Amino acid sequence: MEPVSHEADATHEHPSRLAHHFDSPRQQAEAGKLGMWIFLVTEVLLFGGLFCAYAVYRANHPEIFVYAHKFLDRTLGGINTVVLICSSLTMALAVHAAQRSRKRSLVVCLALTLLFACGFLGIKYVEYKQKWEHGLLWGRLYRPVTHEAGAESVRATAPAATAAAAIDSMAGAVPDTSPVAPLVERSTIAPPPAGPPGLAQPRSADAHHDDEKPPNNVQIFFGIYFMMTGLHGLHVVAGMVVIAWILVRASRGEFGSHYFAPVDLVGLYWHLVDIIWIFLFPLLYLIH
Amino acid sequence: MTPTILAQTTGSFWLPPRASTASSNVDWVFYFIYYISVFFFLLIVGLALLFVLRYRRRPGARPSEAPHGNLALELTWSGIPIIIVVAIFVLGFRGFMDMTIAPANAMEIKVIAQKWKWVFEYPNGHVDEELHVPVDQSVLLVMTSLDVIHGFYIPAFRVQLDVVPGRYNKTWFQATQPGEYVLYCAQYCGKEHSNMLARVIVHKPGEYETWLRDASDLFKTRSPVEVGQWLVKVRCSSCHSIDGSAGTGPTFKGLFGHEQKLRDGSKVVADENYIRESILEPQAKVVAGYDPVMPTFKGQLDDREIMAVIDYLKSLAK
Amino acid sequence: MASPETTIPADLLPAPSAEGGRNYLNARTGIRSWIITFDHKRIGVMYLVSILVSFLLGGIFAMLVRTELLTPQRTIMDADAYNRMFTLHGAVMIFLFIIPGVPAALGNFVLPIMLGARDVAFPRLNLFSYYLYVIGAVFALFSIAAGGVDTGWTFYTPYSTSAGTHKAVVSIIFGVFILGFSSIFTGLNFIVTIHKLRRPGMTWFKMPLFLWGLYATGIMQVLATPVLGITLLLLIIERVFGVGIFDPALGGDPVLFQHFFWFYSHPAVYIMILPAMGIMSELIPVFSHNRIFGYRFIAYSSVAIAILSFLVWGHHMFVAGQSPLASMIFSFLTFSVAIPSAIKVFNWLATMYRGSIDLKTPMLYALSFFFLFGIGGLTGLFLGALAVNVHVHATYFVVAHFHYTMFGGVLMAFLGALHYWWPKMTGRMYSERWGRIAVGLIFVGFNLTFFPQFIMGAQGMPRRYYNYAPEFTRFHRESSVGAYLTAVGFVIVATYLLYSLFRGRRAPANPWGGATLEWETGSPPPVENFTTPPEVHDPYDYTDLEYDPAIGGYVRKRSMDRSSPHDAATTA
Repeated sequence: MEPVSHEADATHEHPSRLAHHFDSPRQQAEAGKLGMWIFLVTEVLLFGGLFCAYAVYRANHPEIFVYAHKFLDRTLGGINTVVLICSSLTMALAVHAAQRSRKRSLVVCLALTLLFACGFLGIKYVEYKQKWEHGLLWGRLYRPVTHEAGAESVRATAPAATAAAAIDSMAGAVPDTSPVAPLVERSTIAPPPAGPPGLAQPRSADAHHDDEKPPNNVQIFFGIYFMMTGLHGLHVVAGMVVIAWILVRASRGEFGSHYFAPVDLVGLYWHLVDIIWIFLFPLLYLIH
Repeated sequence: MTPTILAQTTGSFWLPPRASTASSNVDWVFYFIYYISVFFFLLIVGLALLFVLRYRRRPGARPSEAPHGNLALELTWSGIPIIIVVAIFVLGFRGFMDMTIAPANAMEIKVIAQKWKWVFEYPNGHVDEELHVPVDQSVLLVMTSLDVIHGFYIPAFRVQLDVVPGRYNKTWFQATQPGEYVLYCAQYCGKEHSNMLARVIVHKPGEYETWLRDASDLFKTRSPVEVGQWLVKVRCSSCHSIDGSAGTGPTFKGLFGHEQKLRDGSKVVADENYIRESILEPQAKVVAGYDPVMPTFKGQLDDREIMAVIDYLKSLAK
Repeated sequence: MASPETTIPADLLPAPSAEGGRNYLNARTGIRSWIITFDHKRIGVMYLVSILVSFLLGGIFAMLVRTELLTPQRTIMDADAYNRMFTLHGAVMIFLFIIPGVPAALGNFVLPIMLGARDVAFPRLNLFSYYLYVIGAVFALFSIAAGGVDTGWTFYTPYSTSAGTHKAVVSIIFGVFILGFSSIFTGLNFIVTIHKLRRPGMTWFKMPLFLWGLYATGIMQVLATPVLGITLLLLIIERVFGVGIFDPALGGDPVLFQHFFWFYSHPAVYIMILPAMGIMSELIPVFSHNRIFGYRFIAYSSVAIAILSFLVWGHHMFVAGQSPLASMIFSFLTFSVAIPSAIKVFNWLATMYRGSIDLKTPMLYALSFFFLFGIGGLTGLFLGALAVNVHVHATYFVVAHFHYTMFGGVLMAFLGALHYWWPKMTGRMYSERWGRIAVGLIFVGFNLTFFPQFIMGAQGMPRRYYNYAPEFTRFHRESSVGAYLTAVGFVIVATYLLYSLFRGRRAPANPWGGATLEWETGSPPPVENFTTPPEVHDPYDYTDLEYDPAIGGYVRKRSMDRSSPHDAATTA
């Protein structure tokens, strides 16, 4: 930090935690709080874009969401929700302890918060692993293992060609002689030809299922699932790093009733991470 | 292809010739806004200049007592612009609705955009690279793209709409003046974006039908090899080159009569049967190193046209 | 303050900041004292240097584009190179120059001083913002080396998810992503600073209007930029992992990208213009020596623009295939955002009425703003009108419109502010004569460059075109000649400003007669901004400021009784 010209400030008291550009600890604390709230607003808007994408696709293709969400493990998701809520509780207790200068409580609560967060990530890892094993991934990686193998072994590559193939086969794979296919407009997002994404298979290919036929483009759901939970997971990791840092500082005795703003502000961030999950969980796991 | 515009001489300083029913309305709204803008521009700049000259700082002179706020003035110069912009909005909107909703008797032409050419499908199935329409007949354009977003734009008709892959966008126009116009691609689509033009020909009454009839009969003015060349150019060239360069599909140069190695390891000679099967059942034999993404042309090419394509491919093998 | 009786030449007097000429520039020396500084003034200067370098870069790309367009076919480069050139020009100018420009380079310096504060609320975050800027710039510019990007600065899908190399496209998008966070943190910093660090006695309505502009800009930065962040993230994920959210073959929707993109990018243009309008609200009253007219209306109009700017993004998509209903709503709302801008322009004019107008260089830039932003704003009416938009969308008409507003509006205001605060920041005066010459060149050159583009566009010349119809050659040539002229103007500006750093007359505390708090402290200011805490007074009251030829600046006639600016008695 630059040396402050103390001559001018000789009449001021400067408690050690007060930054030179603030007039009082209260001003500093208020500024920090306001800053953190604004930062949380930016996070809400960041996730907002994903929630928006979710809303658009769900509105246009409800069948995809109804079908695909069943592949998510509701139990694990529910446990994770409880885990995060508990972590928020311990975080709040940590802030409480800091405000009352209870160092040991503070350290324990922060450690518990970290533990819960690890638990959350662990369960997420299990879920992701399950998805990977079942081929329930995004985009072209969507290769559900429950389907028959057969024609799935081939892979499309160039997106341009794939799109070309998609439209060409839409336009061209009409058995009748009229070259202009009758237009059926259900939604503005046109489905590609039947079969695994990107492949222009002739209509004469066998139907895969005797029972419920999955809708087209199920991979869209998983794309959204992984993006939303993935971004959330990144925020959990970032939060853990910051909490660990606070934990180290707390164990050094830096916080007390005279100064607990960092714990407070990190707590705010952590609560947001929790709230975002509380929205994610029902939207992804509990669709009716 | 060097872009050119014909029939340009009847345009005005600001705008191209009015060659469609929408043009006059669009131009009217344009000039309405234009004159209002000119008025306010002169007002603002004029006042600024006036004040600069009149209230220039002179040594010793003190600024006279000036008002610092005036509610009536604020309301006036808020209210009048509000009225004006609402008027502009209404005019713009009305015209737009007319330009968006096609009349019921519109003749439908399908437009397919791809990097970097336009292809038009006429109601009788004929496929062409030029847009021909009869004068005084509304034309509904049903448009889609094969790859990226393109923009369908005919300035003389004041018509523009993006052409998006995966969906059909529709717009319409009714040409009022026979002649030749130009269609531009208005949405950046890659290297040849600025060359992705097409000729738009508006036929005098009665001549459109003649043109369509003659154009549809590909063999009328062309030899079979030329028909094959035309078909390959319009239908196949987005994926298959004729000069040996790589593409989504194998090049046609030197293809005919040579052995092809297929994805399943077997080999086949590219003879007439192979070509025909590839056109109608493209997934049956896919060449090694390529993806099975070729669409079928069943229903789009008749036997005679397939023979023409084969003839052309034979010519490329020599 | 220097006594009027002495006749010591002004440049031999110690710089008015006390302590023997010690100020923020010379308080500490050495590279390290700059690159890990928390001083908002130094951070502002570092930003200024960086964005001016970016402007030079973007300008070079522009000159290359205009040179290529001298002939209808190939002139100096092939189509691939040209397409990359216009993409880079747009991306560099928008993300590296204009969006950070006024807030980061000038706002950082001026805002705390105008508030009477010692720094921004979060000085370390401020430095972090600067480094995010640098890192973002590095990533973005790396794309040039990685093969180049030709998607246009708008990155529309599916072209941007399929064209070019991963290395190049992902690096520029990631660079912009990081730049977005630089912008967010700057906005966050400014909002909290204005809320919490105002000098006691400075109520909201006693703040200079430039700060209202920065405040409204901060709100927009904080709310809109995260959406750009997620959009770019989605783009990268789409490209690298093939998620398919924008790919029709995988069930995605390419137009959804446009909605996401413009949801940020429309407020972005107001992020650009609001600080510029704030500058106008400072320059006009100072150089008219007249209180600002309609303070509250100008303040509220900034907030109104910030709010309304979020509601109009669809006007970039009238021909994208969205529903007519959506287009109608967006068109209507687009016109609403014209009104607050008009209110500001009329209030500025009224400020000049019965003023005492001094045509110094900053004022000449401000006057250019009336002319150029006037045209830019009015041509927005054409674009908001649905029927006309169909004809001029994606043509040079749009290109001309946004250059008139961004260049003719934002850049003119930026240059005016740079000349206005140059003495404060550097402690030096520049050559007024050369300043005026440069304004004239830039003004004439700019109009010559861009006015023909309106005509071309209305005639149907599409944008982003490498080749063009020969009929447009004349317009393109005029445009390119104008560009060269403008470039000469900029070279002149750079020359005399750099020269002034070494040979310029030493600046007094208040060379222009401004009444905002930055003129109450030295030029350059001391490290802690004020040697004695300033008293809050009316920021637009010039009644007791008098020009003192001995120091070449303004002084307050009465050091006492400053809190009653309406006291009518004045003595010469």
